[in-house]
Amino acid sequence: MMPDEVIQKEANKAYRAHLLICAGTGCVSNRAFKVRDALVEEIQKRGLSDEVQVIATGCQGFCAQGPIMIFQPDGIFYQMLTEENISHLVEEHLVKGRPVPKLMYIPSVDEPPIPKLEDIDFFNKQRLLVLRNRGLLDPEKIDEYIARDGYQALAKALTTMTPEQIIDEVKSSGLRGRGGAGFPTGQKWAIARKSPGDEKYIICNADEGDPGAFMDRSIIESDPHSVLEGMTIGAFAIGAAHGYIYIREEYPLAMKRLHIAIDQARDYGLLGEDILGTGFNFDVSVHRGAGAFVCGEETSLIGSLEGRTPEPRIRPPFPAQSGVWEKPTNINNVETWANVPVIINRGSAWYTSLGTETSKGTKVFSVVGKVNNTGLVEVPMGTTLREIVYDIGGGIPGGKRFKAVQTGGPSGGCIPESKIDLPIDFERLTEAGSIMGSGGLIVMDEETCMVDVARYFLDFLRGESCGKCTTCREGIAAMHDIVADICNGEGKIEDIELLKDLSEAVRDASLCALGGTAPNPVLSTLQYFRDEYDAHINEKKCPAGVCRALISFRIDPEKCNGCFLCNKQCPEKVIHGKPKEPQIIDQEGCIKCGVCRESCKFGAVIVE
Amino acid sequence: MPKIKPEDLNKIAERMRRQTLLREGAGRAKVTVHMGTCGISAGARKIMSTLLTLFEEQNVEDVILTTSGCAGLCSREPMMTVEIKDHTPVKYADLDEDKTRKIFHDHIIGGKIVTDYALGKGSERIS
Repeated sequence: MMPDEVIQKEANKAYRAHLLICAGTGCVSNRAFKVRDALVEEIQKRGLSDEVQVIATGCQGFCAQGPIMIFQPDGIFYQMLTEENISHLVEEHLVKGRPVPKLMYIPSVDEPPIPKLEDIDFFNKQRLLVLRNRGLLDPEKIDEYIARDGYQALAKALTTMTPEQIIDEVKSSGLRGRGGAGFPTGQKWAIARKSPGDEKYIICNADEGDPGAFMDRSIIESDPHSVLEGMTIGAFAIGAAHGYIYIREEYPLAMKRLHIAIDQARDYGLLGEDILGTGFNFDVSVHRGAGAFVCGEETSLIGSLEGRTPEPRIRPPFPAQSGVWEKPTNINNVETWANVPVIINRGSAWYTSLGTETSKGTKVFSVVGKVNNTGLVEVPMGTTLREIVYDIGGGIPGGKRFKAVQTGGPSGGCIPESKIDLPIDFERLTEAGSIMGSGGLIVMDEETCMVDVARYFLDFLRGESCGKCTTCREGIAAMHDIVADICNGEGKIEDIELLKDLSEAVRDASLCALGGTAPNPVLSTLQYFRDEYDAHINEKKCPAGVCRALISFRIDPEKCNGCFLCNKQCPEKVIHGKPKEPQIIDQEGCIKCGVCRESCKFGAVIVE
Repeated sequence: MPKIKPEDLNKIAERMRRQTLLREGAGRAKVTVHMGTCGISAGARKIMSTLLTLFEEQNVEDVILTTSGCAGLCSREPMMTVEIKDHTPVKYADLDEDKTRKIFHDHIIGGKIVTDYALGKGSERIS
């Protein structure tokens, strides 16, 4: 048989069910591949291979419940699968046709299991543009992308539009850079197009470096062709013949799928020479980065790409004028590129119907921290933080109180409860003392110490500063030491003013956005949580019970029934007492690890 | 692999249509084979495989074929329900391969209910 006929036969094969198992990095680390193998094996054993197809998809977003699987056409959502429950699942659902409630998503103890995707708040409050194909296709098969209108935007752009028309369309869509700064994408393209020179480049910035952020990784893992299609359209608009994808080495699965996608696109003539028979030539190469936060800054990234030390340089000239190899270069991040096919396909008028006055379209967020439904969400700009934390995120675990949400990665700011109804867009977040950043969203509860949070981010940033500018290199380190002293109970009243002064110096005298935004964690926590700093400095207390130098653990004799659990768990063996009698912690040897408090079932361990 | 032209994109999409439709859970019609223990022991699997073969042979791409549990009337198994979009669902009982073929051609493809094999129209009342 000819290869084409084989493909046709496979595509034409009728199945009664498709099992779409998530193979994003989150689920894979929860053994999704093992579950997939067990599933395939069990289906074979039962002789159902001709009736049922198993597909490994990219990240479906609901990482907290992984490994997850969607059962189509029934639309049933299974979660937390293990190899052990596969034979039961196959027996019940595939052989007997009975969905298995105990493997479905359960929102709370009072409600019966919710089987359908469309009934789950986490999914039904989202609006998927960039993630339009997540969970619906096998990212390693280009035909599945094409089946969902893939490369139609490219065909439309190459055959019916001029580069100027494409740029105008992107301009009127209001698309702004999703990497953090929010610069209008169309304008950026126009500058690169107008820059003199025959040789131009485009770059996809996939050097996602924020702790807790995984938007770009997931986009590439679940839909690599959407990025390639966006880049090819951009290259045509700007007049570039080559593109680089700068991706960090820590993303092996994304890189693997990217390479497969590039090979398949080349086979179809969607990359390379004479794309779609239109005479347009464009190809991409993948550049692996070592994962330095500063490479998110475009001039540093270009330095790294060229084999130099990744240090930012003075702009102008902007990369659009002189970028990689001193040629005009346009850099956009993964999510920005993935928006482009949607805009070309559906038009800027449609696109601008989503979002706020100044920020159009959607934004992908990775929601992590003290929230029930950690995962990847895409919502229209203008969605409030409350909707994201409570409706989609499912609220705070353990009935704890919400304290703050940190947006924008390590150099973003913390937004307090009083601002939880803030509709998210570039301007509003900046007004609130934070930034959009690339879309990390860390939820914090009452047990999070905001001074400790500031210390954590400063610690990250001082390590990631490239060291070129003195203010950034020395300033962040000095700020870190001051905040660390405050956490250790050695803070002084005058430290607050000193922190503010240093913040201004670091912000104003550093070359790039790393230093420019580094003071945000300190400034925003000082603005909204000044009382916590005061408690650390004046009363030598940590109200959230986090900073070890300022807390002590004590057992309430009224509540302790002497069950002995804490006594057994204590790693330092400093809890004393007889069984069935109240226990006592020896403060001398206590290392304040908190294991006793976690293990106590009666709430008898108190932090002071 | 030959290089593709813009018009080839639609051909590939068309070729993949059956797969995408199933994943979106949308279609012109939905056929449910009742595969509870009773249905399976009465031969529902044979009905399913007959339908799968017919779907492939006749290139039916806009109909979803799925299973569900026992329809409640175990003595009349194997059974199936055919639901054309915007029409009342019809339940068929006491099926065999020949009846399945006829229902496939007349009802699923032709839109005409096979009265002789039909058990009844409509859904059960729920609460």
